[in-house]
Amino acid sequence: MIPEIGHFSLILALLVALTLGSLPIIGAARGNVAWMGLARPLARVQFLLIAFAFICLAYAFATKDYSVMYVASNSNSQLPIQFRIAAVWGGHEGSLLLWALILSVWTVAVSAFSKHLPDDMRARILGVMGLISVGFLLFMLMVSNPFDRLIPAALDGRDLNPLLQDPGMIFHPPMLYMGYVGFSVAFAFAIAALIGGQLDAAWARWSRPWTTLAWVFLTLGILGGSNWAYYELGWGGWWFWDAVENASFMPWLVGTALIHSLAVTEKRGSFKAWTVLLAICAFSLSLLGTFLVRSGVLTSVHAFATDPRRGVFILAFLVIVIGGSLALFAWRAPTVGRGGKFSVVSRESFLLANNVLLAVAAISVLLGTLYPLFLDALNYGKISVGPPYFDAVFAPLMTPALFLMGVGPIASWKNASLPELAIRLRWAFGVSIATAILLPLWLGNLTPMIGLGLFLAFWIIATTFNMVRHRLRGVGQSLASRIKAVPRAWWGMVIAHLGIAVFTIGVTVVKGFESETAVRMLPGDVAHLAGFDFTFIGVDEIQGPNYTANRGQIRVSKNGVERTVLQTEKRLYTVTNMPMTEAGISPAVIHDLYASLGEPLSDGAWSIRIYHKPMVEWIWAGCALMALGGLLALSDKRYRMKKRNKSSNNGELTEDEVTA
Amino acid sequence: MLNKLLHLFVASLLICSLNVVAQDARPLQDNAAVEVQVQRLSSQLRCLVCQNQTLADSHAELAQDLVQEIREMAAKGMSDQEIIDYLVARYGDFVRYRPPLKASTVLLWLGPFALLLIGGFGLFLQLRRRQTMAGDAPLTEEEVRKVRELLNK
Amino acid sequence: MKRALLPLIIFLVVVGFLFKGLFLNPREVPSPLVGKPAPQFSLVRLDAAEKTFSPKEMLGKVWLLNAWASWCAACKDEHPLLVELSKSDFVPIVGLDYKDNNQDAQQWLDQAGNPYTINAVDADGRVGIDYGVYGVPETYVIDKKGMIAYKQIGPITMEALRDKIAPLVKQLQAQ
Repeated sequence: MIPEIGHFSLILALLVALTLGSLPIIGAARGNVAWMGLARPLARVQFLLIAFAFICLAYAFATKDYSVMYVASNSNSQLPIQFRIAAVWGGHEGSLLLWALILSVWTVAVSAFSKHLPDDMRARILGVMGLISVGFLLFMLMVSNPFDRLIPAALDGRDLNPLLQDPGMIFHPPMLYMGYVGFSVAFAFAIAALIGGQLDAAWARWSRPWTTLAWVFLTLGILGGSNWAYYELGWGGWWFWDAVENASFMPWLVGTALIHSLAVTEKRGSFKAWTVLLAICAFSLSLLGTFLVRSGVLTSVHAFATDPRRGVFILAFLVIVIGGSLALFAWRAPTVGRGGKFSVVSRESFLLANNVLLAVAAISVLLGTLYPLFLDALNYGKISVGPPYFDAVFAPLMTPALFLMGVGPIASWKNASLPELAIRLRWAFGVSIATAILLPLWLGNLTPMIGLGLFLAFWIIATTFNMVRHRLRGVGQSLASRIKAVPRAWWGMVIAHLGIAVFTIGVTVVKGFESETAVRMLPGDVAHLAGFDFTFIGVDEIQGPNYTANRGQIRVSKNGVERTVLQTEKRLYTVTNMPMTEAGISPAVIHDLYASLGEPLSDGAWSIRIYHKPMVEWIWAGCALMALGGLLALSDKRYRMKKRNKSSNNGELTEDEVTA
Repeated sequence: MLNKLLHLFVASLLICSLNVVAQDARPLQDNAAVEVQVQRLSSQLRCLVCQNQTLADSHAELAQDLVQEIREMAAKGMSDQEIIDYLVARYGDFVRYRPPLKASTVLLWLGPFALLLIGGFGLFLQLRRRQTMAGDAPLTEEEVRKVRELLNK
Repeated sequence: MKRALLPLIIFLVVVGFLFKGLFLNPREVPSPLVGKPAPQFSLVRLDAAEKTFSPKEMLGKVWLLNAWASWCAACKDEHPLLVELSKSDFVPIVGLDYKDNNQDAQQWLDQAGNPYTINAVDADGRVGIDYGVYGVPETYVIDKKGMIAYKQIGPITMEALRDKIAPLVKQLQAQ
């Protein structure tokens, strides 16, 4: 009964979405206040209906209802409750429902926090988001219904893939979807602006917090996925340039360009066409990612089970949404208007270069991801494009962008002087080069890649430090009050940029200095790696809720002093009969020690792989800093808006607010 | 007397067989030099079953078999190129993790840099064009007030 | 032409490829051995343990080499078709029992029928590697001169047999 109610709720939601996607937009074109006013309540009703459907599906999982096909395919009675709930989005149909739910959450959030927007703009934005929702709801109801019944009901479910039975499954997909789907807001803002012809600094100001928030979620989602792969897959890899990883990375790259572009449009009125195009592209890449994962067009470890019918539907949806928006762009872009004048050397031009670099990077990732398909479709044979390609191409592309990060923020708007910049930055330049050469030599290995990576990271740190010191220069006030006087958005930028430096250090050091060893160990044997001694204590058999496992314990010591005990398991999940390795990891700031139990060998020994990963945690710390920076920047706007009424400045902008 | 000697003999045998000193773990494979070559090659070749992983990373049976094949070829003294050619002859270019540079992949390898050049060039032209644009007239008092109003909303 | 149309045009080109891609199989790895001589080997037979089989024995005939195993689920899909094919005496089918256990293999054939005139045992999969096998079942059409004319990846379906394999075999037999 409950699944049917859930199904019905989705049908109602579709009708609401259709209304939301039509009446308010037509109302905005005609100036019909009543129709425009429908947008807000419709958004709320849509959210309630989809949330209700989602709860129905979660209920089916919680109560182990195997008469629902989707539940039977992705769950099992031995599956612990938290993974039963996470299994709601473990397969194709349920993850689509999650998509639709999160889209409705963003829609209702926009409807709630948009009182300052003109009525027609708000109506158009919510209307566009309603239309996107129509696509997803229609898709679900037509070819991917999570509520389809299985008759006769299965006695027990086929279980959730063991790789997904992990806390990571609880956080990573929702976080990622919040990001992907969040770019639909920027998209809707862009479309609304193109339709209404209103593309000015105010528009940029309104869409900025939404875009930044989506970007923060996407950053956290990618961070989560990478960290999860690292500790779950058992060999210490954290990024594979897999098609689906790329599908999340491309919107991130374009989204980063977008938030920078929006800043320029807001402050200087320039880059309008760029900003609108980037907003369209960021969300288009999110949708493209959805297509790639579900259509069977590319091989990926993440791909859902495929069906050409679904592929055709999503492709048609892509053509309508992306094709339509790009056509709208082609038609209306000339009316968007040119921005202000600025010289060849200026903050604008550096940010424009940043836009270009990030866009080229995103296109290159797209090229590499789709190239095997291009060649196959043209009958030129089959090749595979993987990390060797992406690593070779991505690093050179990002190098100038990272270098510009040191120059851009201190260049003046409109007209900057290159010699002045050089003088100001020479100390930072010197320090970065010196550190980049001396540090690796001290650590034992200097290669061009290590040197370059460390140079760029320290360059960003040194220039940022320089910038902060310059900004905080003041007479007579305490440090704390001077820090508070600088807008949060500026601090957000500082922290986010430092996050990138931290990330770069992590990647460079781990790639340049990691080591591993593969040994056969009997209990009592000792392996040596990176100055540590790894003593194999032994293996015992344990029983989990839905698996049996061999658990190996390895004592780690240095100079005779015990540091920690690593526990690694080789599990066999009972229902699917799938083996899985749980690595034993000892994380720390300076390095991770990582052990992975292999196979039992003929003489009672076990094959064991041990890894030393220096500074690998800096990779995710860097991403976390980026997200924190984004959140700080977000909180600035809100703060300002609320305080407007009580400000002692009579609502006037202070000098700092204008230049932030 | 004989009994005592026998006991002593058996006891000393037992003591010798006890491994009192901690043993250093032996590497999984015995020939380290060959292993270096195997590791290098298997991280350049794609697993055909788990198609997004290298032979080194994949747990698939075919991957293990192919790594073993590589190990035997390396032990025979075959060079990197010979081993790669051997596998490409059987599985095609697909088995190469790094796409080879051929006529059909020129666009792939040069594409990003061509794009960068085009982008950079376009950027340069754009910036130059902006130089010759008419400058904005400074804002009037009225306009400044309006702007402040709008932004303070 | 407006520069603003460029993104749309690029998008439509990409969509064209994506559409074509829906009907391709990205997991399929085409064989570089088509048009080349079938690799030589000499393996013990399953059906006659004291004899060995080598492709040289089949020179002058058109034949199919079918890589299979008793543990392979997809092989079971094509098995009935192979049995029918063998009954019609259209083309001899030689089996390559890939990484299998002799007892299991024989048991399976006793149960489900034996379409193979000869069955070679490739216990360690080396011969499979020589032929570029990466996932059973895979079938090779080999001509009178011992050259590989075609490779079927995955189970032989009715369509594959009707549209590709049967016409090809007839053509090769007429040579």
